Amino acid sequence: MSAAVPPSPRRPRALEGLKVAEFAVYAAGPMVGKHLGEHGATVVHVESRSRPDGFRVHYPPYKDNIPGLNRTGTFAIFNDSKLGITLNLKRPRGLEIARQLVAWADVLIENFQPGVMARNGLSYEAAREINPSIIYLSSCNMGQTGPKASQRGFGSQLTSQSGFTHLAGDAAGEPMLLFGPYIDFVAVGFGLVAVLAALDCRRRTGRGQYIDLSQYECGLQFIAPAILDYQVNGRVMNRNGNRSPYAAPHGVYPCRGDDRWCAIAVCGEDEWNAFCGAAGHPEWAADPRFASLEARKAHEDALDALVGGWTSGRSPEEVMETLQAAGVRAGAVERLSDVFSDPQMAARGVFQELPHAELERFHYIAPPYILSETPSEQRPSPLLGEHNDLVYREILGLSGEEIERLTAEGVIE
Amino acid sequence: MASRNRPVDPPAAGSSQPAGLLGPYRVLDLTDHTGWLCGRILGDLGADVVQVEPPGGDPGRRLGPFYGGAPDPAKSLPWFAFNANKRGITLAVDTEEGQALLRRMARRADFLIESFPPGYLDARGVGYRALRPLNERLVVTSITPFGQTGPYAGYRGSDLVITAMSGFLDLVGEPGRPPVRVSLPQAAMWAGMHAAAGTLIAHHYRMVTGRGQHVDVSAQASVLWALANAPAHWSLMREDLVRGGSRIVGRSMHGARMRAIYRCRDGYINFIFYGGEAGRRSNEAMVQWMAELGEAPEWLTSKDWGAFNVAASTQEEIDALEQPFVEFLSRRTKAEFSAESVKRGILGYPVADAKDIREDSQLASREFWQQVEHPELDVAVTYPGPFARFSAADCRLRRRAPLPGEHNEEIYGELGLGRGEIAALRERRVL
Repeated sequence: MSAAVPPSPRRPRALEGLKVAEFAVYAAGPMVGKHLGEHGATVVHVESRSRPDGFRVHYPPYKDNIPGLNRTGTFAIFNDSKLGITLNLKRPRGLEIARQLVAWADVLIENFQPGVMARNGLSYEAAREINPSIIYLSSCNMGQTGPKASQRGFGSQLTSQSGFTHLAGDAAGEPMLLFGPYIDFVAVGFGLVAVLAALDCRRRTGRGQYIDLSQYECGLQFIAPAILDYQVNGRVMNRNGNRSPYAAPHGVYPCRGDDRWCAIAVCGEDEWNAFCGAAGHPEWAADPRFASLEARKAHEDALDALVGGWTSGRSPEEVMETLQAAGVRAGAVERLSDVFSDPQMAARGVFQELPHAELERFHYIAPPYILSETPSEQRPSPLLGEHNDLVYREILGLSGEEIERLTAEGVIE
Repeated sequence: MASRNRPVDPPAAGSSQPAGLLGPYRVLDLTDHTGWLCGRILGDLGADVVQVEPPGGDPGRRLGPFYGGAPDPAKSLPWFAFNANKRGITLAVDTEEGQALLRRMARRADFLIESFPPGYLDARGVGYRALRPLNERLVVTSITPFGQTGPYAGYRGSDLVITAMSGFLDLVGEPGRPPVRVSLPQAAMWAGMHAAAGTLIAHHYRMVTGRGQHVDVSAQASVLWALANAPAHWSLMREDLVRGGSRIVGRSMHGARMRAIYRCRDGYINFIFYGGEAGRRSNEAMVQWMAELGEAPEWLTSKDWGAFNVAASTQEEIDALEQPFVEFLSRRTKAEFSAESVKRGILGYPVADAKDIREDSQLASREFWQQVEHPELDVAVTYPGPFARFSAADCRLRRRAPLPGEHNEEIYGELGLGRGEIAALRERRVL
């Protein structure tokens, strides 16, 4: 591919030979392609210079804080392991070329507002005419049908519609934002699963299909018990800090340093006794206020104060290591810097630091599943139009002369 | 299903529509609550999923909330939710007889999913290493807090601990206060969903090559995706983002935080200023609504949103900009905002609770909700429906979660065991 990337030793790739055309932007669509690409699929991400992926334009962090289409980590992190081309779909010849790409592909991924692909001449019906066995994934906020289908929105907000935000925060306080577009990545996982299952069906039956993925409905899978609780018991579940009905102590406790914390979850009586021993306070285990889960729940504020007193003189790592050595569930609240130096993440090769023409080096993220025979392999995210020549010449068979002409005419832009 | 709910017409009646996408495959699911969702997803897709519980039932049945409210292992709602579309058997994996039965079942299975501590099944002769020679096509998926190997592989995990160690917890909550989790466990959701994806990638390879493999899923690494683009901030800026509470961080080069959660009359609303063309349209539509109700200050109605650049905004600009929106939204209700945002194209949603979701016209119109019979309770329960709609396949709830050992006779019968043998195994606490 790019000369900057040394060829890696040949290993089998699970999805080798799979061909994916991606008319998708931001995270929810492109991340599905990333996951297919890192296991060997050939994924083509289609953009244009007049309409680049929104993450290239509006979203920091930028390399050296200088904005630029190839300088944002927010595009890079969701688009590794794929090819990037530019194509103006508003031009008739651009649409023709897009249709060639559809004819080539096994899978088409799009995540525009319902109706946009149809207006661009690339609806499922149109794609099916060109390629009857295509698997066509449409991922959008609310699904393709229903009174709110056309509502635009971003994942940071849809996460609130789907009930997550309401469940985050202290019982008496405001709901907390879940940092970013949490729900987008829920929909990415379900979208990936849907595409892979549809591929299996196609292998057996020869039949492609259309997948209508509502990110909202995907999110509801993650909070199903709260929905059932309302449905059968009429109870509206509320946020409750870090507390749990099944464990005490159960929380995030202050540690030495500025804004440093350690999570502790003590789940049964054996673990409680082990906790008291490891903390050097066997007398807590004998305290009648803490003699059972029920008792500890009844005196949870006092319990938390004692635990916090013990943790506050120690680093989060020390608390974690001391308690885990005694078989007690505990984990440092890791900041980004800690996650990047986490020895477990390192042992799994989660962060893959690769060279990139404008970012210099960037940490791409390997998937959370490691396949023993066919591990994933990350390749750098494409610059805008980086693979035009490769895709138009080698995949679509256009001549060098035509590519030049189409570039001059602004079809390839 | 009414045609308006199908963006694409289903095949004509009588055509050979497959029951589910994964109809031909058998899954042995030995997971506890940290892995249930994986098998549930494969079951939704039509696979024949057999949940294998220890005799006496999965301890996860003691997780609430419960049907009826009071703790009762027969009525756990998480069990209902994440073990529907599965059949259920009991098996003591700790006994030699149980291990022999598991090996027999694994010979015929396509998938085995498990969530024991790393090494547990290997030590009992039923881990991936032992099963591979019996069935080289088998895909074995292991779902654990931190993965099969590495310095933390032996660490114990819980929802809070995993979420903390993924880096996600640190980004949620008020700055200066303890970080806070989602009150309903999420780490198992991320792990189970990613496990289903990894499993199906391995399946694809197996169908091409005939070779199964071992899929090692880490819940810690699974939750990492909940951080969205935050890791890019460390990669490029060596910057530890600080959680913003109800405000969004990481959107401005100058570190400005933007309010995302606004109090309203009956709860909260999520509204965010976006830039670009989509942001301009949304911001203008919002101001238009405010102006129609006489609640937009003069400077706001004349603001040029086309020139608004979120990435370049300072905290002062954002604070001044927010104020009229805080006041305006404090006088609206969630339902009002929901209706107007759809009508006007405003980017935002109510902070919905379970009741708001259950009553949402969008979900009703899409016939999302599904009734499932619970004969043991003598009721039909309405469940959240499938995660996706397929034009040429069924993805729906077909059966409620199993009772302990409900399908022992059916499944061990398929294996060739007679009723007498099954009864004897039950007697010896193998089943």
